[in-house]
Amino acid sequence: MARAVSFNKKLVNTLIVGLIGFLIFFPILWILILAFKTENDAIKAPLEVLFNTGWTLESFTTVQGRSDYFKHFSNSVIISVGSTLLGLLIAVPAAWAMAFVPGKNTRNLLMWMLSTKMLPPVGVLVPIYLIFRDLSLLDTRTGLVIVLTLMNLPIIVWMLYTYFREIPGEILEAARMDGASLKDEVLYVLAPMAIPGMASTVLLNIILAWNEAFWTLNLTSANAAPLTAFIASYSSPEGLFYAKLSAASIMAIAPILIMGWFSQKQLVRGLTFGAVK
Amino acid sequence: MATKASRSAARWMISPSVVLLLGWMIVPLALTLYFSFLRYNLLMPGDNPFVGWENYYWFVTDPSFSDAMVNTLILVGGILLITTIGGIGLALLLDRPMFGQGIIRIMVIAPFFVMPTVSGLVWKNMMMNPVNGVLAWIASVFGAQPVDFFGDIPLLSIVLIVSWMWLPFATLILFTALQSMDQEQLEAAEMDGASWVNRFFYLILPHMARSITVVVLIQTIFLLATFAEILVTTNGGPGTATTNLTYLVYVSSLLQYDVGMGSAGGVIAIILANIVAIFLMRMIGKNLDA
Repeated sequence: MARAVSFNKKLVNTLIVGLIGFLIFFPILWILILAFKTENDAIKAPLEVLFNTGWTLESFTTVQGRSDYFKHFSNSVIISVGSTLLGLLIAVPAAWAMAFVPGKNTRNLLMWMLSTKMLPPVGVLVPIYLIFRDLSLLDTRTGLVIVLTLMNLPIIVWMLYTYFREIPGEILEAARMDGASLKDEVLYVLAPMAIPGMASTVLLNIILAWNEAFWTLNLTSANAAPLTAFIASYSSPEGLFYAKLSAASIMAIAPILIMGWFSQKQLVRGLTFGAVK
Repeated sequence: MATKASRSAARWMISPSVVLLLGWMIVPLALTLYFSFLRYNLLMPGDNPFVGWENYYWFVTDPSFSDAMVNTLILVGGILLITTIGGIGLALLLDRPMFGQGIIRIMVIAPFFVMPTVSGLVWKNMMMNPVNGVLAWIASVFGAQPVDFFGDIPLLSIVLIVSWMWLPFATLILFTALQSMDQEQLEAAEMDGASWVNRFFYLILPHMARSITVVVLIQTIFLLATFAEILVTTNGGPGTATTNLTYLVYVSSLLQYDVGMGSAGGVIAIILANIVAIFLMRMIGKNLDA
């Protein structure tokens, strides 16, 4: 902005937008508070909860004790990280080749990969379910890693492709002419330029896989259930459960919230397939 | 500069992705199509005879299908309306000079990272519950009758919850688009006496048009698949009040074990999503050439 903005105007903007931001954020803030209350306190009127009740860690221990929370937490970690790394392993060579050795069909290939992402999951629910049943992959972490890898593969290829394409090929040629060996070329020239893009791709895909709630709900029951499915079990609660639900929810969303805040920019790029940068 | 050798190497590097995606797409698609023409119920063992269009006929003529189509339309349309208009407004507000913009932006974006089952349950219980919910408390402070969200307006309640999750997405993308706006052009227009309304409709909106289209198309693809929020809040009820197409297919295939019927519904869902996808792909393709 070239113009100076008066302090008062800035203050008014801050108050208005800050209030809206607070309202949007409120549900998350509220469960953060309820998670540290007892069940009896958690259903009191909001002002009462805020100013008239004590704090406790009781809900967190109850959630863990009731149904091994950390099993589901580690399922989430294994499934999201596993599917992302597997996807990366498959996608890096493909994106690399398409970015540096583009052919006549590269564009069509990219568009086709993208089109697989447009397939509504419910359209293939029945066959996938039956195939998984016959291969006894239902309710296994392996099964979910496979499905989520394939689901997110197009996004991984696309994101990597847009990042790799920004690496100028001339730099590689220059390094080669200066006598760099292939190992040097990859290690000292390519890697430093490719790693930031790969890191953001990984981050975004872990977020997407962590929150995926169609396949995780339909293909798991108890053993392999990640947090999405575990939290869903609170839809048929017994007795008071606000504090427990809050504690379980906060633990489930906290890691992703933190990662998400770091990846705001990449999020736009990844989710719009480079259509908005 | 690509040599023959590097071309064949490239082909090898690309093939794993292609083969896997081909398998992921073609095999289940072919099976869905095949099942949709069979009388195939997991509860009735025996052979599965070919029945032609029968599954489609029963799926489409079932009153719950028309309910589901209307609900899908309201769900997708309502959420799109709220998130795009809200997103444009919020993006414009965020673009103004203010203190602590980073922190405010973080608060606005946060809901997008909340998993669908958490948003559904937290809104249903902590926010919208007619006795203990925060919204009921606010109503009582103003002396109003608390709204029984899931009793009286179940579909609208789900529209609100899912909008809360997608508003940050729209805001973030439209805000990104807004930041690439030419500030000098705006100032010149202002100096020439263009009112705020004129600047918005003749400069800002045309600049954002592309991004708005992208937001609408991408959200439509994802919103057609809304599932978890419905599962944890209403189970599609009361009756079929909150059953969308995705949920209906889930009910017929995984709850009623009717593979044939579920597959027919799946094929219909694919056709619907493809209509949207064609437009989206065209937009993304254009950008790829640029």
